[in-house]
Amino acid sequence: MATILAVDDSASMRQMVTFTLKGAGYEVVEASDGQEALEKAKGQQFNLVISDVNMPVMDGITLIKELRALEEYKFTPMLMLTTESGDDKKTQGKTAGATGWIVKPFNPDQLLATIKKVLD
Amino acid sequence: MSVDMSQFLATFYEESFEGLEIMESELLNLDIGAADSETINTIFRAAHSIKGGSGTFGLTAVASFTHVMETMLDEMRDGRREVSQEAVTILLSAVDVLSEMLTALRDEQPLNHDAIGKAQQDLDSLMAAGNGSADTSVETKTESMPNDSQNITGWKIKFTPHTDMFKCGNDPVRMIRELDGLGDIKVDVDVAKLPELNKLIPEDSYLSWNISLNSPISEHDVREVFAWVEDECDLVISPVTGSGGNNSPELQVDVLESSFNLLAPQGEKLVARFYEELFSRYPQVVPLFKNTTPEKQQIKLLTALKLVVNNLRNPDTLVKALTEMGLRHQEYGAEAGHYDAVASTLIDVMQELAGDKWTTEIETAWKDALTVIAKVMLDSYVPDGQNVATPGMVATAPVGTPQVQVKTAEKRKSGGEASSIRVSIDKVDELINTVGELVITQSMLGQFGEVEDLNNSHLEKMRDGLAQLERNTRELQEAVMRIRMLPISFAFQRFPRLVHDLSAQLGKKVELKMSGEHTELDKTVMEKIGDPLVHLVRNSMDHGIEKPENRVDANKHETGVVHLNAYHQGGNIVIEIIDDGAGLNTEKILAKAKSLGLVTDSENMTEEQIHDLIFNPGFSTADEVSDVSGRGVGMDVVRRNIRSLGGTVDVKSVQGEGSTFTIRLPLTLAILDGQLVRVGSETYIIPLVSIVESVQLDEGKINIVSGRGEVYKLRDEFIPIVRLYHIFSIPFDMNDDERGLLVVVEADGEKIALFVDELLGQQQVVIKSLETNFKKVEGLSGATILGDGTVALILDVKGLFDLNAKVATRPEFVFRSNSEEAGDKGGGNSGVAA
Repeated sequence: MATILAVDDSASMRQMVTFTLKGAGYEVVEASDGQEALEKAKGQQFNLVISDVNMPVMDGITLIKELRALEEYKFTPMLMLTTESGDDKKTQGKTAGATGWIVKPFNPDQLLATIKKVLD
Repeated sequence: MSVDMSQFLATFYEESFEGLEIMESELLNLDIGAADSETINTIFRAAHSIKGGSGTFGLTAVASFTHVMETMLDEMRDGRREVSQEAVTILLSAVDVLSEMLTALRDEQPLNHDAIGKAQQDLDSLMAAGNGSADTSVETKTESMPNDSQNITGWKIKFTPHTDMFKCGNDPVRMIRELDGLGDIKVDVDVAKLPELNKLIPEDSYLSWNISLNSPISEHDVREVFAWVEDECDLVISPVTGSGGNNSPELQVDVLESSFNLLAPQGEKLVARFYEELFSRYPQVVPLFKNTTPEKQQIKLLTALKLVVNNLRNPDTLVKALTEMGLRHQEYGAEAGHYDAVASTLIDVMQELAGDKWTTEIETAWKDALTVIAKVMLDSYVPDGQNVATPGMVATAPVGTPQVQVKTAEKRKSGGEASSIRVSIDKVDELINTVGELVITQSMLGQFGEVEDLNNSHLEKMRDGLAQLERNTRELQEAVMRIRMLPISFAFQRFPRLVHDLSAQLGKKVELKMSGEHTELDKTVMEKIGDPLVHLVRNSMDHGIEKPENRVDANKHETGVVHLNAYHQGGNIVIEIIDDGAGLNTEKILAKAKSLGLVTDSENMTEEQIHDLIFNPGFSTADEVSDVSGRGVGMDVVRRNIRSLGGTVDVKSVQGEGSTFTIRLPLTLAILDGQLVRVGSETYIIPLVSIVESVQLDEGKINIVSGRGEVYKLRDEFIPIVRLYHIFSIPFDMNDDERGLLVVVEADGEKIALFVDELLGQQQVVIKSLETNFKKVEGLSGATILGDGTVALILDVKGLFDLNAKVATRPEFVFRSNSEEAGDKGGGNSGVAA
């Protein structure tokens, strides 16, 4: 089963994402900022990365850029969690190599539907 | 899958309150006018998280309230809005309101709509008046998609991924699959661009697809499928309208065909005249043709016209051809206006050549046709960079109106505030690590259980193992204790705001300095020290720091300084509240103390002792009672609260230079360094911190003082003796005082000597509460379980003082009593009852 890296500085959002994904049978590893995520991603191959954009230490855009530069994450789907007002973030994220985005607020069903799109 | 969101609420509230605290302290840190962008970013992030979470977890009122804050902070972050004092003030009060909202929601209380509305209004008006882009509304949706929405039966999609589409983790197959879910699709793959195998780069995308989707969905829905890749592909979406999908009903195919056939023989003349006319009417379009010759261009146009007319009944081919033409024309720089120019010129030239065979019917047919052609070509244009042309993808969630009805009392657990702490991963890892070592030690020791005869080498190893076990246990204990430890910044962080607000209220200028914020202490202690700290800081600001004018008169800087400092010292944490204010007024204190009857003779009092008087009940030397610190809560309460935590508070002051209040607290309330003593058959534990010294009792030095009971002359001091067996009414085995010991303990600068039979070891003990397990007993602060499984009571030194005062004045205890008296009262909890 696919392993997903969920990155968000908000513990409640992480909890929600993890709970939802685990409930759907995915393996989930959490990280609370880009730096932590990057380190975890280097230690283990993930099939999908879901990351918040605004985070301390390293933001989501930088994370995606760093991950894309790694050979193992060249084609890995990476989704950003953005808010409705985050158009420029979407563009920035796309430029950095994000596969797509999920608009906050979202509910578990939307999350799963989006993830199913990218995990074959 | 339905997920009960309420399970995440506790975490959400917890982190939101943390976020609010961060917002508050960072807002206070902001330099007006020259704000540090990282600080604003931190504040923004906190607001952003609260908004995101509240939206997700269904707290719509919070989400919409936070939205405006977030927008404002976003503008500040981007430098589009000035960081003004007014904005900071409004944001601060918004933080307060938000905190109230979250508290109310958490406790399932009704929201204070008045306060929320007021704060919202302040934010809105600041937003509107602000120098930012002030446009809070989501961009106006250009809903007027140029579709004749009635007749759409499906869509033709030309999907050409750019070669690097895979490199952002996308895959065209996903989009096609998703389209498949929207209706019947027919997919034709175009392999024209597929290179030879030896030139093929496997990571690149070469294919393109022509997809017909038979479903009357909106263009927005179709584009939504490609939202993620809109910049990574060429996408042409054109509607299929009407019945059958043969052609567009508005195109008069017959008329177009017959009229074109009429003109076909003069084709070359037509195109030549066209360009002649076009360039004379619209000289501005000439540069668009700079890369071609008139001859070539005329042939191109003629070919294109023929292609269009020949394929009027073949919309698929036509759309494809026009799309490609459109893309080329985009490269040439052709704009929408140019198409109008071309259309009108072409029609005029056609009319000219057709002569009297030209009819209005023909003209209308061509006008319509050219309009449609222009539209298809223009639609094929790739949006340049920004997503201007795709309004559907912009905002799906409209901004809520400020006054949102809030559903209170969902199916949430009532009460809800299970106290929890957040522990850094490092600490947990350390714990796991230590437990790992413990397991290793255990398995090592376990081996000896299987050995038949233990020899010396076994014993040697076993000793090593036990030493290791001891080390492991200590490390484990420390690691566990560390989990409860939090940096004192949690207690400090409310002060910037407090000082900020209070200095305005008092008309004083005060700067708050904080140091040692990372000093850690137990969470329980932290929670309880908050109020005393607030009181001391208020006190320093109110009574300590002078008004600016008075400070200037006293040759001080007009801005006073209150300094909060924390550090570890031994097993204690020391917190200092230092002000550079007026200091304590010794005369005033004395006068007040005399009037209260606390002091009769001041001759022999040291300055320190006089200063210490302020911790007495009912003591306030302020000339007038202010509503800041004169709230009927005195320093006595501060001292009492700190003592209840096993700590002390002292003051040092120099008149005119300032005061320093020093609080000493144990790092934790859960573990205590204790001295084990034996009294009769009982073992008691005395907190090591209270012990001054232990002495062998010299009977000759015992004196009996009327009204104070027994005292022991130790050097130049007379120390009251407390016989624990009297106090606790237990049998004791010493008839002979010669063999007894006195443990001199101190509390609040007073000493008493505890009479014990024997000093046992010193060890750390885990405090178990008596209140929880039994009931409060005077003179005891708790109990613990010793290594052999027996229970030992922990002495409350302060309590013993009070107890001694009561007991000593009783006649039967004035004189040294003997075993017969103590012995028959065994079993009582307190000798006071005797």
